[in-house]
Amino acid sequence: MSVTFHPSHAVDFLVIGAGAAGGVMAKELSTAGFRVVVLEQGPYLTERDYKHDEIRYVYQPGLTNNPQLQPITYRKNESEKAQPIKAIQYGRQVGGGSVHFTANYWRFHESDFEERSLFGNVAGADLADWPIKYADLEPYYTKAEYDLGISGLGGANPFEGPRSKPYPLPPMPVKSSGVLFDRGAQKLGLHPYPAPMAILSKPYQGRAACVHCGFCEYFGCEMRAKSSTLVSVIPVAEKTGRCEIRPNSYVRKLETDARGRVTGAVYFDANRREIFQRAKAVVLCANGAETARLLLLSKSKRFPQGLANSSGMVGKYLMWDNGGSAMGLFEHPLNEYKGIQVTRVIHDYYRADPKRGFYGGAGIDARFDYYPASFALQGMPSNAPKWGAEYKKMLAEYFTHTMTLLAHTSSLPQFGNSISLDPDLKDSWGLPAMRVTFDYHPDDVTTMQWSLTKQVEILEAAGAKKTWTSGIALTDMMPSNHLMGTCRMGNDPKQSVVDRNNRAHDISNLLIVDGSSFVTAARQQPTATIQALAYRAAGYAMQAAKRGELG
Amino acid sequence: MSVRYSSTTAYWIAFAKRQPDRARWIMQSTRRLWLSQCVGIAALADIAAAQQHAHGAVQSSTPPPFQTLDPAMAVEIEAITSQIIPSTDGPGAREAGVIYFIDRALFTFDSHLRDAYRTGMAGIQQKRREMFPGSASVIALTSDQQIELIRAIETTDFFELLRTHTMYGFLGNPSYGGNRDRVGWKLIGFDDRMAYQPPFGYYDAQEQK
Repeated sequence: MSVTFHPSHAVDFLVIGAGAAGGVMAKELSTAGFRVVVLEQGPYLTERDYKHDEIRYVYQPGLTNNPQLQPITYRKNESEKAQPIKAIQYGRQVGGGSVHFTANYWRFHESDFEERSLFGNVAGADLADWPIKYADLEPYYTKAEYDLGISGLGGANPFEGPRSKPYPLPPMPVKSSGVLFDRGAQKLGLHPYPAPMAILSKPYQGRAACVHCGFCEYFGCEMRAKSSTLVSVIPVAEKTGRCEIRPNSYVRKLETDARGRVTGAVYFDANRREIFQRAKAVVLCANGAETARLLLLSKSKRFPQGLANSSGMVGKYLMWDNGGSAMGLFEHPLNEYKGIQVTRVIHDYYRADPKRGFYGGAGIDARFDYYPASFALQGMPSNAPKWGAEYKKMLAEYFTHTMTLLAHTSSLPQFGNSISLDPDLKDSWGLPAMRVTFDYHPDDVTTMQWSLTKQVEILEAAGAKKTWTSGIALTDMMPSNHLMGTCRMGNDPKQSVVDRNNRAHDISNLLIVDGSSFVTAARQQPTATIQALAYRAAGYAMQAAKRGELG
Repeated sequence: MSVRYSSTTAYWIAFAKRQPDRARWIMQSTRRLWLSQCVGIAALADIAAAQQHAHGAVQSSTPPPFQTLDPAMAVEIEAITSQIIPSTDGPGAREAGVIYFIDRALFTFDSHLRDAYRTGMAGIQQKRREMFPGSASVIALTSDQQIELIRAIETTDFFELLRTHTMYGFLGNPSYGGNRDRVGWKLIGFDDRMAYQPPFGYYDAQEQK
């Protein structure tokens, strides 16, 4: 059934990146009759390759970018010299981050698309409205939920925008952390609801239901119960006979012709040979950091600032997953290592409120995302001993009696936070390394601190014997996994990189669909919105192709 | 009792210097005897038997006991990791075979950290000589002295590396040579059945009723 295209064959669409967005684009375009090649820098793994091995997937970069091959440098601001630090992390295999993510699947709220209008400007940031509204995206959220397989309870979150359909699958069974969270939050008058998760609570579309093994975050699902693009839409794309997934293909440049249109991509294959794949149109889905880097790497005489960058906005406004954690110790065993990470959420503190005196908000979930060794290293109270007999005694009690709350908080779009090319350091292929420049906005920090106090309140109301909180220093957020901004969506080509349908303002046959299009970061959890954008963009791309605008 | 213990310790140190790789195995095999601090003449016969047995066990599996670590240094590293997770109230880093995990890590995915170990251990030995002049090795220090030594270096990057390796060796997948007999998982109550049905814990069970 699988097809192989010759690189000299100009396929209808060349998709770069087989992740959350790229997998959706591949399926939508190929099932509509288009010929598609997907270039993925990572390997093509399957459920048979995954193991419950914390050493391989948590300690080592088993499913993510390896800084020894692809170094990343980091600096707080322009005045600093960037140093090698794994500041960001992304899924690096067919399926991308949708393979190893925790599988939280929150829709953005209506307010997320118009925060500038609702909140006004925030000094030091460039808060802006999206050129689309929640209502524009709602049908595509629904489509994603049904196509991929999402479990949840529609209407249970009173703060969510209107939805046209319930979830296709009932919520996952609640864990002890969820029960305690319900108790604490309800005591405080809050509105906990079952977490929407990209994990199957029942068999769906030929895939088995979750067996509650607990190895979701950082791991691939050997049951195929996590609704990654690898097990949901990519097999559908391949079955059409019109879509080739080409793994171990690391793109170094998008090429353009004399008219300034993209003609394909040059990539290194597994043997580091350079190959040029021709295409009538390119869809860039390489994630919120690599997409910007690739556009900057694709500079030419005609595009000296890099591709699609006449605005100078490529790489700017990087936003990531700010947040903070509070932990609670309880009298009886919770055994939180069993089952998926998250079963309950509140969005009561989600929307920014000028009355608080700062911009920001938090979505808070009840979870446990530690494994045995990572709990021993990071899950214990910061004032507890870190080794020795007393530490060992505490560890024996705490692992099964602890739960975590995690606040996913706002990350303001700031012009100075960016992805750029490191002037000195090269990756293993000789390409300029990615340089990350990132600092908090003061309101980001205030929001995180405020969210920690709210979380401790909930844990105490739930009856925790003891509570403690995580650090919120920049290094505590690294590596950041939720990569947003860097190719902002907007109506004004001078202020943004892509238009409201994810087409590059500068290049009519180039689409950019991933976290990079985000204008604002909402309260993290970008995957549902990345995929809704992909379903929507695929529709517009097909119409444009049929009108002959892309060829 | 203490006299017998210290005379055995002196014997041990001399033996460890002469035959460090054998010493390593003896330590492994006789840990409970050491812990009870009751090693006497009769125990030495047990040591020999255990040694024989241990060598048999090694010979029956293909890889040599250590692929990167110098056995004498391994003994010193293990003296420290055995204080990070001591063998109090049940198996600790020593019984879990953390040192074998470290050796494997330095041979494979953490081969770039071999120098960090070399310089890190040299730094610890330097500190030991400063704090306990005349002492021969970390393993030769009393447990209280070892704890005092670790307190003096616990904020260093190298100690953090040792701590990280100890935790992964104690609580990671046993296929890497550590967490022998799943002693780490047993300690913390992690049951590796890898598939469960609700209720998972006390509070969700309560809710189901």
